[in-house]
Amino acid sequence: MTQNPPLDCPIRLSNVVKTFGSIKAVDGLDLDVPAGTCLGLLGPNGAGKSTTMRLLTGQAIADSGELKVLGFDLPRQSKSARARMGVVPQLDNLDVDVTVEDNLKVSARLYRVKDVPTAVDRALALARLTDRRKDAVDELSGGMRRRMLLARGLIHDPDLILLDEPTVGLDPQIRTQMWTLIDDLRSRGKTVLMSTHYIEEAERLADDIAVMAHGKIIARGKPRDLVTKHAGVLTAEVYGPPDHLTEVRSQADAEGLRSRPAGPAVAIVGADRDRHSFIPDEAIWRAATLEDVFVLLTGEEAE
Amino acid sequence: MSKDPAAMRRLEPAAIMGVMSREVANFRTFWKATAFSSLLEPTIYLLAFGLGLGTTIVTNVEGVDYVEFVGTGMVATAVIFASALPAMFGTFVKHRFQRTYDAILAAPVDVEELVTAEMLWLALRAAIFGCFPLLVTFAFGLDPTWGMLLVPLFGFVTACGFAAFGIAVAGTVAKIDQFNYVTTVVITPLFLVAGTFFPINQLPEGFQVAAQLNPLYQLVELVRGAAFGFETVDVLRLLGLIVFALVMWRIAVRQLSKRLID
Repeated sequence: MTQNPPLDCPIRLSNVVKTFGSIKAVDGLDLDVPAGTCLGLLGPNGAGKSTTMRLLTGQAIADSGELKVLGFDLPRQSKSARARMGVVPQLDNLDVDVTVEDNLKVSARLYRVKDVPTAVDRALALARLTDRRKDAVDELSGGMRRRMLLARGLIHDPDLILLDEPTVGLDPQIRTQMWTLIDDLRSRGKTVLMSTHYIEEAERLADDIAVMAHGKIIARGKPRDLVTKHAGVLTAEVYGPPDHLTEVRSQADAEGLRSRPAGPAVAIVGADRDRHSFIPDEAIWRAATLEDVFVLLTGEEAE
Repeated sequence: MSKDPAAMRRLEPAAIMGVMSREVANFRTFWKATAFSSLLEPTIYLLAFGLGLGTTIVTNVEGVDYVEFVGTGMVATAVIFASALPAMFGTFVKHRFQRTYDAILAAPVDVEELVTAEMLWLALRAAIFGCFPLLVTFAFGLDPTWGMLLVPLFGFVTACGFAAFGIAVAGTVAKIDQFNYVTTVVITPLFLVAGTFFPINQLPEGFQVAAQLNPLYQLVELVRGAAFGFETVDVLRLLGLIVFALVMWRIAVRQLSKRLID
């Protein structure tokens, strides 16, 4: 087993396929994550994000394709890769009856950390839970538990961090707290792969976004570049009765413009390219967003 | 800060100890209740069977006071109930409901190490709890012997097998309700045909042969050997229990791997 020098690409997946029965969860996935960047894996539920995460942690074995993580071949050298990888799961799986401190100690031992007390103190400080170290996890609030999950994933100061839907189900205030912590990782030069289906989260935290649908990457780029490429500059939102909205969408199609439902409205993407001025005067104009890109590419409503 | 990842091998003691440290941390939160029931249960059984049955219907069996016969036999009962059942329910709950194994397997721990650690921890616990009936029986008149110092070892080896059996079952069933089949069809018969409450040689020949294949019966005989005098055949009994534990361990690794790794 060899340990490679610092890598340009801590994650390198090539033509990875994973099926569950007749369902292709991951379908020819190619994905590179450059060192020191935060890649947002953005996709609707069922896009294959969680399966991709499980493939990276060796909890799922690909049917075919090549997976290299931190220079180690998966699944053969998965254990070595996991030693340098931190994972923050989507679901809270802390030991609720055990104290905060003991949860972190166990994690430090699982990662073979040599100086457990120092690692625990550092993790507690990161999660801002130093004064709650003797409390059972059950006594913590939801936000504290999320911070603790993050701290637990970082207990061994990993080179690569996998965040699986890190703020799913959290209220906006706690989500913002988590974003601050995640942003701090990015500023410290850690390599982060973050799966999310929250547009705002990807937009705020990711240097690069890969939009995933049906098990493969369908678009990749910096948030602003993705918007410019797929959604143009301006989006017009037209409100009105259903018949009117249907008519507007037909006209948009005829003009070669892409449109999508946006709650009670129709959003006409790239509306600045409307040559025949069919867009009604009452339309609301706004800058195109990543949400426009997401919905256009995946066909799913954004969250 | 952490160990060189390039040096990672199979069945690392550090990984096994890491998983066991999690079990210890959790056990510290509920050990009192478990220890209480482990002490009380044999006491109740001894009062009911040993004093109740023993003073009214049976006074001694194979030259041994009935209360001592039951008390030594109950070591096996304590071992199976402290290993197989917690392994079945604990493994299932940790996998399906608490998602504990997702966290452990995200660390540099593989399923083989996870199963080994769970099995060893449960066996350690069961070996200690398995001694409780013996301690209670002292109060009912059983004389301590040097051979009894081996009882924790016998209990540990047997409990490894039954803990691994429980893990394998948890890695096989689809729903927690299906444990009912296992307890009814496997555990209860093993428990009843182990020679705990009555001697096996009173049973029809078919049952006697079946009892020889019952690891619990072998444990009962070993414990009685420790209390009343070993026989040469006891070496074979211990070897049989070691083989049972090894076979169940490999089955548990295979079944839980299937369940945990997609």
